[in-house]
Amino acid sequence: MPAEAASTAQIAIDAAYLVTGVCFILGLRFLSHPKTARTGNRISMLGMAIALVATGFLLDWNSAWWVVAVGLGGGALVGIYSARAVKMTAMPQMVAIFNGAGGGAAAMVAAAEFLKLAPGSHGISWDESLAIVLSSVIGAISFSGSIIAFLKLQEVMTGRPLTYPGQQFVNGLVALAILTGAALTIAGVDSVPAYFVALAAAALLGILFVLPIGGADMPVIISLLNSFTGLAAAMTGFVLGNNVLIISGALVGASGTLLTMLMSKAMNRSIANVLFGAFGKIVAGAGGSVPGATGAIREATVDDVATMLAYAKLVIVVPGYGMAVAQAQHSVRELEVQLEKLGVDVKYAIHPVAGRMPGHMNVLLAEANVPYTALYDMDDINPEFPRADVALVIGANDVTNPAARTVASSPIYGMPILDVDKAHNVVVLKRSMKPGFAGIDNPLYELPNTMMLFGDAKASVDKLASAVKAL
Amino acid sequence: MSAHLLAELTVFILAVFVGFEVISKVPTTLHTPLMSATNAIHGIVLVGALLVAVAAAPKLGPVLSVVVVFLASLNVFGGYVVTERMLSMFKPRESPTRDGSKR
Repeated sequence: MPAEAASTAQIAIDAAYLVTGVCFILGLRFLSHPKTARTGNRISMLGMAIALVATGFLLDWNSAWWVVAVGLGGGALVGIYSARAVKMTAMPQMVAIFNGAGGGAAAMVAAAEFLKLAPGSHGISWDESLAIVLSSVIGAISFSGSIIAFLKLQEVMTGRPLTYPGQQFVNGLVALAILTGAALTIAGVDSVPAYFVALAAAALLGILFVLPIGGADMPVIISLLNSFTGLAAAMTGFVLGNNVLIISGALVGASGTLLTMLMSKAMNRSIANVLFGAFGKIVAGAGGSVPGATGAIREATVDDVATMLAYAKLVIVVPGYGMAVAQAQHSVRELEVQLEKLGVDVKYAIHPVAGRMPGHMNVLLAEANVPYTALYDMDDINPEFPRADVALVIGANDVTNPAARTVASSPIYGMPILDVDKAHNVVVLKRSMKPGFAGIDNPLYELPNTMMLFGDAKASVDKLASAVKAL
Repeated sequence: MSAHLLAELTVFILAVFVGFEVISKVPTTLHTPLMSATNAIHGIVLVGALLVAVAAAPKLGPVLSVVVVFLASLNVFGGYVVTERMLSMFKPRESPTRDGSKR
């Protein structure tokens, strides 16, 4: 609803929207510390409530109250129920699906506005149609892309990259269709069919661009899709002339972009490389020359490892996606508690891209009551590895691969890694010798100070905890 | 470019800067709740959904009107509840409370 001659009521509503914008900014501001974060979320909720109540005054309740009852009520019920029922390990896909819902809604709002303005009207102004097209295209990409991300994370479809010959070419064609449709819409030539071509092509592109993304690159994609939905919401704000949508969308767009940049930096890859590189295809023979790699691995028993851990001064736990898959976080916490009883200092080393979304490990360990003060970022923990008696690697692989430092031919060469190999002893918990998602051999396993403990992560950690307890 | 558009663009660009500024202060340990919190915030598109779906003569027809409001509402409520759930788990070392670990 573009701002017309402002009535008193409209001014009051706009003022309420401004309060909402401030609430959102404060809410994010309070996220700067775990102690204040919950307050922040409440402030943000309050802002949302204010905006919704204010919007209530603009609605024609007589004709369409049931749309609110069914749509809003239904969305609230399903949203609240699924958000409560979902397991913490399934959080990435939950975030993906809510993100997609927002993107889809933004695209549909823009489409509705387009249909209202398009037929018969002698020209929507170019800026209005540009905003409509951007909102629709970005929203549609986010919608379908998030659904594919969801399906991959839920393992309904394979987490491995899906590639086929001529993939970039096909994507290019689809992108061209979007651009052509968008240009014709803005130019006002056959704008209704052109608009829907752009919209459909955007939805298709969303699918196509997430398909070749491997599991390990998911943190980048999830952040990027988050940023897209934010931008789509902001563009919808331009379409409707609504400042609160513009502000909120801009905040989310900035947040998603920042996280995307952080994630790709943590992998030492450009965003373009993540999107088009189809990382995670099996690379043969890229392992090789890491100094000290013996070519042989050493297998440990539970008792060996338990003894080593119990007599250590400092143990650094390195969790990865394998811990999430095995749902081993509670067992890991139990092991930590047993070790601390013996006076062992236990710290956790968190690589920025461990897991499937930014901060994934932190939230899982928090679920298992690991205090956030025991979790360390890569830059803070790396200097500590040389004085660690044991580095305990649980389901992490590529983020510990020393080939990233020395093997220039390796696909992960240059990626910042956790320096686990510098610890006095390294214990790697692993299901089998299968390579990680990047499909690269890990020479860490062949180092003389490394021992392997094979088996399900949760079962192994449980055994370790009871062995330590029995000592 | 109309004055109206310029005003909106001003708001947008300033908000992007505020966003970058505020988000860069969020520690990595809270990045998942951050994603989820911003996820809930872009649910503000619910305002737009209500405006186009419950306007006097909705162009979307009854089914699509309900769908658009439903999607946006799912985004808002799901997003906030997930965020709240995650944040409630973050505890400092000082509180050794071990309430029953649910999974």
